[in-house]
Amino acid sequence: MKLEGRIIKFGNVEGEAIVSTEPIGFLGGVDPETGVIIEKGHPLEGKSIKGKILVFPTGKGSTVGSYILYKMKRKNTAPIGIINEDCEPITAVGVIISDIPCVDKIEINKIKNGDRIIIRGEKVVVE
Amino acid sequence: MELTKEEEEMFVGEKGDGVQKAMEIVVALGKIYNAEKLVMVNSVQVSGVSYKNLGDAGIEFLEEWARKGGRVSVRTTLNPAGMDLENWKRLGFKEDFAQKQLKVIDAFKKMGITPICSCTPYLIGNLPKFGEHIAWGESSAVAFANSVIGARSNREGGPSALAAAIIGRTACYGFHLNENRKADFVFNVNCEVKDFSDFGALGNIIGRTVKNKVPYIIGIKNYNQDDLKVLGASMAASGAVALFHIENITPEARTKNMIKDSAEKIKIDSLDDGYNSLNSNVNEIDFVSIGCPHASVDELKRIAELVKDKKLKAELWVTTSKYTSEKAKDYVKIIEQSGGKVLNDTCLVVAPVEDFGFKNLATNSGKAAFYAPSYSKLNVRFGSLEKCINAAIRGRWE
Repeated sequence: MKLEGRIIKFGNVEGEAIVSTEPIGFLGGVDPETGVIIEKGHPLEGKSIKGKILVFPTGKGSTVGSYILYKMKRKNTAPIGIINEDCEPITAVGVIISDIPCVDKIEINKIKNGDRIIIRGEKVVVE
Repeated sequence: MELTKEEEEMFVGEKGDGVQKAMEIVVALGKIYNAEKLVMVNSVQVSGVSYKNLGDAGIEFLEEWARKGGRVSVRTTLNPAGMDLENWKRLGFKEDFAQKQLKVIDAFKKMGITPICSCTPYLIGNLPKFGEHIAWGESSAVAFANSVIGARSNREGGPSALAAAIIGRTACYGFHLNENRKADFVFNVNCEVKDFSDFGALGNIIGRTVKNKVPYIIGIKNYNQDDLKVLGASMAASGAVALFHIENITPEARTKNMIKDSAEKIKIDSLDDGYNSLNSNVNEIDFVSIGCPHASVDELKRIAELVKDKKLKAELWVTTSKYTSEKAKDYVKIIEQSGGKVLNDTCLVVAPVEDFGFKNLATNSGKAAFYAPSYSKLNVRFGSLEKCINAAIRGRWE
């Protein structure tokens, strides 16, 4: 299946999808040391986003979240790509300063956990 | 979004990595908010300066951007840091925090910024003109610039303000556009609003109601510049207000109709709701903080008059900019003779106050009172400057 969205941060990357139906806040929501989601009651609580293509509707929470993504990238615990329905400023600034390819305006309900994903600029291939 | 030829070149990296990163940030935000173009800016206020907020990741990020050649190209000032940059040792800030904070400042210096740290850039030489497009962080300064000066800024985050400073541009959306500057709410204020803390209490009520929308306020008669400064600061804390209008007072409200036809009308008959929501019931006071937003020369004068020839029981912090305290040297001396401290470059909201062991705070700021319980784990008494200084002298709220 081929999807097309809007480039937030240009890049080409391939990996396994991890999908959240709920928004993600990086400050307090993710442990930057391990890449594990720690927000209580979050659908991905206890799951690692490290090295995955992280798919979620939109970001939330503190603007410091941009720096948390940056910290994760430096510690090798960051996702390798991000796909959003609607990207917001915290995630957008975070992916740009961390060089993580990111696309939004994608119908994320077409992507399932474990799908093989290829991001090529604005194009997303789901296998 | 349409980019000029020069902007395209910046975007694809022909002007270096530091510029490209900045352009990517501004363009991405423009896309998200459906901007059609970028606008030139000549004034930037960068927030996210305190190590308490940035952490080690923030330092690494700033150092990397500086290494990649990020250099500011327009007039740029910094928000308060986590300590007085010169007198931190004497004032009791911890060595390890200080060293980290100084690394942050060094990174900003490498980017070409003179480290004058204040939340009131408009009092220290970064004063935009009416109608000018600017890119400011610091919510209270954004509210002041948009509303009292009539300049045009969105509420920028740390990286996006810095990006604008590097490329001299910001994305044209939100409060840069005429159609977004009209009020969504009209407040008829039927009670007396006279003291600085009254303006903070009023701001607290309005901010909670309007969230990130634009209020229009009717019924303000007596005010000074400091009152408008704290009104905006308080609204921007309890809500996310970036722009307000006051009938017959703020520049846009004086010249044209700034109320939407659909605006909701609300009456305010008392400030009690604001005072109550910012007050706890503690009576012993060990810490008094004045200067949020940063104190003006006039406020330093009033504090000096109140503490002259007195000895303080509670710790008093007066936070301001280095520029202001140098202009008000005689008042600073009087405050220090009473045992009070005047801190430059920092403020209650971004300093590591929890390291000092204070419990119960008195403040006249609607913004400081809003943040102190969560950011600094303090119980708060909120009231007039006279009450706060009295609490500093007697160690009790009366």
